[in-house]
Amino acid sequence: MAETRNAAVEENIVLDVRNLKQYFKSGYGRNKVVVKAVDDVSFKIPRGQTFGLVGESGCGKTTTGRTIIRLYKATGGEVYFQGKLISGKLSKEDKRFVHQGIQMIFQDPISSLNPRMTIKEIIGEGLLINKLVKNEDELYARCLEMIKMVGLSEDHLSRYPHEFSGGQRQRIGIARVLASNPSLVIADEPISALDVSIQAQVLNLLNDLKRELGLTILFIAHNLSVVKYFSDYIGVMYQGKLVEQGTAAEIYANPVHPYTKALLSAIPSPDPYSEKWRSYITYDPSVHDYSVEKPSMHYLGGTHSVYLSEPEMERYVK
Amino acid sequence: MEREKILEVRDLTVNFHTYAGIVQAVRGVSFDLYKGETLAIVGESGSGKSVTVKSLMGLLGGTARVEKGTAMYQGQNLLALDEKGWEKIRSREIAMIFQDPLSSLNPIMKIGRQIEEIFTILHKTSRAEAKKRSLELMRAVGIPEPEKRYNQYPFHFSGGMRQRIVIAIALASNPKIMICDEPTTALDVTIQAQVLSLLGEMQRNHDLSTIFITHDLGVVAHVADRVAVMYAGKIVEYGTAEDIFYDPRHPYTWSLMASMPDMDLESGEALVALQGTPPNMLVPPEGDAFAERNPWALKLDFDRQPPMFKISDTHYAATWLLHPSAPKMQRPAALERRIQKSIARKEARANG
Repeated sequence: MAETRNAAVEENIVLDVRNLKQYFKSGYGRNKVVVKAVDDVSFKIPRGQTFGLVGESGCGKTTTGRTIIRLYKATGGEVYFQGKLISGKLSKEDKRFVHQGIQMIFQDPISSLNPRMTIKEIIGEGLLINKLVKNEDELYARCLEMIKMVGLSEDHLSRYPHEFSGGQRQRIGIARVLASNPSLVIADEPISALDVSIQAQVLNLLNDLKRELGLTILFIAHNLSVVKYFSDYIGVMYQGKLVEQGTAAEIYANPVHPYTKALLSAIPSPDPYSEKWRSYITYDPSVHDYSVEKPSMHYLGGTHSVYLSEPEMERYVK
Repeated sequence: MEREKILEVRDLTVNFHTYAGIVQAVRGVSFDLYKGETLAIVGESGSGKSVTVKSLMGLLGGTARVEKGTAMYQGQNLLALDEKGWEKIRSREIAMIFQDPLSSLNPIMKIGRQIEEIFTILHKTSRAEAKKRSLELMRAVGIPEPEKRYNQYPFHFSGGMRQRIVIAIALASNPKIMICDEPTTALDVTIQAQVLSLLGEMQRNHDLSTIFITHDLGVVAHVADRVAVMYAGKIVEYGTAEDIFYDPRHPYTWSLMASMPDMDLESGEALVALQGTPPNMLVPPEGDAFAERNPWALKLDFDRQPPMFKISDTHYAATWLLHPSAPKMQRPAALERRIQKSIARKEARANG
């Protein structure tokens, strides 16, 4: 009985990242430096759920996303997409399976759209490459459907990216992503380049699409209030490690790792009175000496787990 | 108690003369800055907040022209100064911190020299004295190992550290007014918290008056004593931080506040999003510039610009909704809930 249930859960996992590592090397000989951008990161995303990845800039959250979609060759670890291994060497068909099944929304809507292509060409490119449409009419119909889904109109199809505002361009980026009907969308800071009043528009759009299409999303951002609003599960990254993960409620109600605590204490809130009284927690990595005590992932119940050393765990249990 | 006014801006109007025509960037902005306080100017990009403060530093570009208005500082009108006059004001009296600390530092000059410069050129001190004071300043803004950092270049520093250097440079000249143009937008939340508390500390120690420009309302709540909300080149609402956050009156302020998700918001609940984009300031609308995007707009809003209505001695807003004969409008539900929660939190604390 338990086994069958486990199998059902496994089947519902869209993305399963196991011990993913991405190291960057630079220099030669004595000057050789290895940067561990992503170091031993594991998480799973069930179908229709959103996993929010947060952390400061340079902590490796974007690299994680880009390694999953094979923009970088992973140094170690495995990535399973719908039960299929997609890291390492792949056949041509498997590569197509990945490119069609996983799509990415980029941070900067200006540089991620080709300025010399019309909107129809931008949206239709993925359809043509993946041979998802048979003829020109079908292609047009699909592009039209997509542009309407993101709240733009038919006459926008023949225009060029420079004719649109930032928010509209990000909508086009979203339409392009959804055109090939992906199972997983990686959204890399989709709203941080947009103006405040436009951010809410794009967030609402993403939220509607998520509900209507049952999208599975890996949401990468540094704004914690946005991540909490948008995600079911949250992973907190620090210097290439996933230091804490769990459901949004678990993380926000009961942060365990000192870095998570510092991150949560730093969120500015629009309330002048509580702001004047607030105290920030600063994270000092030297509170734990990991050269002596080796840290590891500890399971806290539910889906909540944290990356700490044994003595620290003992302190937490008390 | 009457506080000392340090800067008095009246009816500031700035136009950009472009090939396409005249862009009305700032349309009659008036505000006061009192000694020792922080005034935050909030608004989305293109609302004219940066242009407003740049004109107070004489840093407007070639096509910009100050058409009207005065900015009185210690008995002289800043806007009438020539380039010679500005040299006496910039940095000595009014200093500015920009958004991007990398592009405001000289990339091929050692950090120490960039701070030292202020002392040797402005205060005419000796090199040795300048170095001593620069090191003190670096220590004051929280740079570890200043002796070692002194001989490094900007690219050796992280974003937060660079912004600390920029703050040190701004403070070196001992200004009376500091203008911060989105000083933490390029930084992470944890670093942002550190830089904000550093700025607050420096302000108290040096008795500075600060103009703080940002679009992040959380940051505004943290730093501001008073807040001015700008839209399409005009101040649409201003008051103390408590006036603005606990009792906002202008529909634009409502929309701005309701459009940012906060920690209390339920996941999946739709945000109140502003529709459309800011108006084209080449041909500004005849009525209230916000009417087009305003779900609470009255018919009058499209025809006539609303004057500033007085709500209390400190709180003003420019919207026809405040006219005695205007219909009563409800604030968005999510915002109302947040305000009630904040007030409840405040009262709970006041009662111990």
